[in-house]
Amino acid sequence: MMTRFLHSEFFHNYKHSSSAVIGSTLMLGFAFAVIVGPLLVAQNPYDIASLDLMDSYKPPLWLEGGDPRFPLGTDGQGRDVWASILYGARISVFIGLVAMIASCTIGTFLGLVAGFYGGIVDSVIMRIADIQLSFPSILIALFLMSAVGTGVDKVLIALTAVGWVVYARTVRGSTLSEIEKEYVQAAKVAGLPNHKIIRKHVLPNVLTPLIVIATIQVGTFVLIEASLSFLGVGVPITQPSLGLLIKNGFDVLFSGLWWTSVFPGIAIMILVFGINLFGDFLRDELNPRLK
Amino acid sequence: MLGYLLKRLIQMTLVLWVVSVIVFIMMSFTGDPVFMVVPIDATDLEIEQARRLLGLDQSVLVQYWKFMTSLLHGDFGRSYVFRQPAMTLILERLPATVEMVVVAMVLAVAVAIPLGVYAGANPNGRISRTIMAGSLMGISLPGFWVGMVLIYLFAVTWGIFPSSGRGDTAEVLGLRISLVTRDGWHHIALPAITLSLGTMAILLRMTRAGMMEVSRQDFMKFARAKGATRRDVLYKHGLKNALIPVITIFGLQLGDLIAFATITETIFSWPGMGKLLIDSIYRADRPVIVVYLMLVALIFVVINFLVDIVYTLIDPRITLK
Amino acid sequence: MENSEHIPLLEVRDLHTYFHTFSGTVKAVNGVSFEIGKGEVMGLVGESGGGKSVVGFSILGLIDSPGKIESGELLLEGQDLVTAGEDRLREIRGREISMVFQDPMTSLNPLHTVGRQMDEVLRLHSDLGAEARQTTCIEMLESVGISRAAERLKAYPHQFSGGMRQRVVIAIAMLARPKLIIADEPTTALDVTIQSQILKLMRAQIADKGASMILITHDLAVVSEMADHITVLYCGNVVERGQTRDLIENPSHPYTRGLIDSIPDTTQRLDRLSQIPGSVPDIRNLPQGCNFRERCPRAQAICAQKEPSLTPQHKSLMAACHFPLKPGEAA
Repeated sequence: MMTRFLHSEFFHNYKHSSSAVIGSTLMLGFAFAVIVGPLLVAQNPYDIASLDLMDSYKPPLWLEGGDPRFPLGTDGQGRDVWASILYGARISVFIGLVAMIASCTIGTFLGLVAGFYGGIVDSVIMRIADIQLSFPSILIALFLMSAVGTGVDKVLIALTAVGWVVYARTVRGSTLSEIEKEYVQAAKVAGLPNHKIIRKHVLPNVLTPLIVIATIQVGTFVLIEASLSFLGVGVPITQPSLGLLIKNGFDVLFSGLWWTSVFPGIAIMILVFGINLFGDFLRDELNPRLK
Repeated sequence: MLGYLLKRLIQMTLVLWVVSVIVFIMMSFTGDPVFMVVPIDATDLEIEQARRLLGLDQSVLVQYWKFMTSLLHGDFGRSYVFRQPAMTLILERLPATVEMVVVAMVLAVAVAIPLGVYAGANPNGRISRTIMAGSLMGISLPGFWVGMVLIYLFAVTWGIFPSSGRGDTAEVLGLRISLVTRDGWHHIALPAITLSLGTMAILLRMTRAGMMEVSRQDFMKFARAKGATRRDVLYKHGLKNALIPVITIFGLQLGDLIAFATITETIFSWPGMGKLLIDSIYRADRPVIVVYLMLVALIFVVINFLVDIVYTLIDPRITLK
Repeated sequence: MENSEHIPLLEVRDLHTYFHTFSGTVKAVNGVSFEIGKGEVMGLVGESGGGKSVVGFSILGLIDSPGKIESGELLLEGQDLVTAGEDRLREIRGREISMVFQDPMTSLNPLHTVGRQMDEVLRLHSDLGAEARQTTCIEMLESVGISRAAERLKAYPHQFSGGMRQRVVIAIAMLARPKLIIADEPTTALDVTIQSQILKLMRAQIADKGASMILITHDLAVVSEMADHITVLYCGNVVERGQTRDLIENPSHPYTRGLIDSIPDTTQRLDRLSQIPGSVPDIRNLPQGCNFRERCPRAQAICAQKEPSLTPQHKSLMAACHFPLKPGEAA
């Protein structure tokens, strides 16, 4: 299995695409930092007992007054920026991944139903999708958050509410072309129940294009969540994601304390840039027409 | 043609109606706005009175009915906070937002199209790769963070540009515009650049993709076989064809700019309707939020309609149906 | 100096055009030579993937990276096009040599009017004023059989049918009165009934203007009606050439024989259509010896070792085969 993968065309192209290698390295590096990172730092930024106000507003290590214990400096409560980023990235990545999985599941289900059954169900689902697509996701999410209030769970709901549409549309399209094919027609004639036809024959054949959408969407969700949190309608102060860290840093920016907001932003950029690089490669690979 | 316009008009009204229903239902879940109105030490009786005054004691359906009927009479409700008509509040701030969105869009197009065409025409060159890496960076960066970094560098550290607010305005055709004053440009530079980056990156990538797609077409080779220069073939035959997909997303991008203006305005304290929306969300100022969303929905619907019209002007194969 | 009457209009000498791709070098044209005189029609025949179109694009200097003309000469009235600069080539394209593409649906720019696309040629290649150019375009459109030409100039390509569009393409190709037309499968994308109209039109046009034509096609039936002589390509090599009549009646290369046998004959009721067995080999990895031997009924040991070269056969024919067919002999 492994050797087959190593000899596949996909792996060959991967090795020869610098953007794919850089992108996946950034993603893997980020994943590593998020998973084991918090074990490597001495301070838990959420544990108030471990904070010392004497350590507040320390600049990064390489600047005058830098402290070797805080390589990227500290914020106003003496919180290590590096540790905050590692903990905050966990929340950002968690939200991005979970919201993507939820969107993908719901969107795929609705797309299958719309494409397979057609009729009024199809019209209703697709009209909702149309209306939603003519509005920017960020505005819809912002509006939903303003209605339901802050919280990780609420951010997940808002992101899923804007994220399902793209899957539903794609899956509906490929389902429509898939059920025209002979093997599905044959299965229908053979009397296979609909849910079995969908699960065994249609679903596996409509999934490939979703891989690219899902990859890129994690990045998009991280950015939307960051924007919501920056505006104060995202995650609560007790669970600061990267976006909320930037917001907190913005409040002290004018006093020249740039590091508390600049570094979390760089962390977001590395993650999303890696995802987009790798997503671009996947799109080229999985869509042979563009080669 | 007339039939088409009529059909579109009905469609647009329908969309706006659906949006109004959704917005209204969702808004009724928002925190209780009555506490925004009454003093902190208000008695239960006073709270009840205020509630009745705002019509909040009735069911959502009755509230919606009242909202719709007064809307049709041209009454869009009053802000709980400012005690002024919500529509007036928003219209006062509309020019500032439109000004910033327009400058950002012009900037995005002016940079994205030439670079996208170049990158699409020379897909393997070193410069093209740099452009593409830059544009990918552009869609990977949080816009508000870029704005912040710009403030830190250009306002806090070097003091070249102001960090917040709108510059001097002058009256043009009854509107207060800041683009006619030096101070106005000075103030709009940073927010407009911040706002434009994401759209710039996306338009650039679409232009490049369109250009690469069109380069493969037979008519491009046929044009060269006529003896046209490579340059002429690219710009006279290729560009217009390559821009068709770009126009499709132009409307959406304009919508995105209006949406992201809320964030940019918040960072730069730009007195536009986006900042008003965010402030109103903090204060649960329901009428203002509803009017903002309805107005923005109207703008989007109109933009989409205009994009469809522009489409037919560029592509003779498409007719209005 | 040689008498100009004896210089052919176009002489292709040992043309090699390769495409350097990641998966290997594609030798699309690998040593092709032929010549075409003034007013002649030459058929360039072969299966798809045989390098016919690449020959056409090489002549016009329209081979784009990763393709490249590796060696050879393309002499237009004695002047080499391979070493000519891009500026000179641009003067030649459209004015001295023009091209008709396979698919009229895609060879016209969908966003420009037909008039504008015609006018472009005259603006590039003539000193005529706007009015004179328009008159010329109208006359040209009328001569390819498009009525209400003045009105049609303002129309867009999608408002024409496939056959009409190909007439427009031919009109564009003829506008600057070129000496040579390269027609790449000009009728393949069209309905059968329209095909013969277009062929008739092309024949009339080149006869009228005294132009020569290279007709690139996979369809020997089309070529046998139109061409004075024929060059047959296989895997980027010329395998046979000669006068149309000699070649069609008694081909000496087994490949040509196979092509002829696979023409559907409408006058006779055949039970089955003969097909050349096998398929064109991967031109990135051509076998040693004769490229056709794996599909050839006459192949013997020597065919795997030595590549045959073009040698004179009966009448006007030249063929590259170790065991050529004699007149009347079956493959």
